[in-house]
Amino acid sequence: MRNAQDELAEIKSIMERSSRFLSLSGLSGILAGVYALIGSGIAYSLIYYPKPPYGKALSLTNPEYVISNVMITGLSVLLLSVFTAWLLSRKKSKKTKVSLWAPASRRFMRALFIPVIIGGLLCIGLYAQGQEHLVAAITLIFYGLGLFNASNFTLNEIKYLSYCQLILGLIATFFPEYGLVLWALGFGVLHIIYGAIMYVKYDG
Amino acid sequence: MANEEFDFNSFKELLDVTDGNLATHLKQLEKNEFIEVKKSFVGRKPLTTYAATEEGKKAFQFHLTFLENLIKENKS
Repeated sequence: MRNAQDELAEIKSIMERSSRFLSLSGLSGILAGVYALIGSGIAYSLIYYPKPPYGKALSLTNPEYVISNVMITGLSVLLLSVFTAWLLSRKKSKKTKVSLWAPASRRFMRALFIPVIIGGLLCIGLYAQGQEHLVAAITLIFYGLGLFNASNFTLNEIKYLSYCQLILGLIATFFPEYGLVLWALGFGVLHIIYGAIMYVKYDG
Repeated sequence: MANEEFDFNSFKELLDVTDGNLATHLKQLEKNEFIEVKKSFVGRKPLTTYAATEEGKKAFQFHLTFLENLIKENKS
């Protein structure tokens, strides 16, 4: 009977490995989008005020101050969004009685955060190399890649969100002067739209 | 579960059974609402795919647990 027990264990392991993380609430997407729009507004006022929110050959009177504050804003948006998503996911997972630390959730987080963290480190490298105009593009592209990867471990629909982020990121690569606008569109508007769609479809 | 969905011919290849045998089992599973059936066309060739329902997944888990207990009892 040893063999049968092994068979059963293997079947259960196959089933577990294919289970997906479904505690992500559409509401966390909407809120993340709102934070990003607010952050974009702050970044805009830091960089451009009183000029329009895009422009080539920008001359800043105090570049270090502006750039570090923009980075702090971006980081705050990211941390707030992740924290909100974690809070809402915890609430949702309590209802469905699925642990947030289950292998399914860890697979999802690894799939999403490894590209995102690498993208972040790449941005630091870009800044160090004086290529900060590509930062918006890199954040969008690596986030899009992270989402695409993570779509295998959660609701498959987020791959459509990933495609949109990747397109925006590629546009930002060729038109870096629109970096902030595209960033606001990708992390702000798109999140609100997709968050709303997911919320309505799966009721949060 | 292991796959989101699976089509008839892939099943046949995997399980090495006849058309009739496979169809009978799938029909029964469908009747119990353990799987859902999706019929479409690839050009002019018909394609039927099957996916497990929530109830089906639960029933399967229950079945596995039942078998596990059966084995454990048999050992002691």
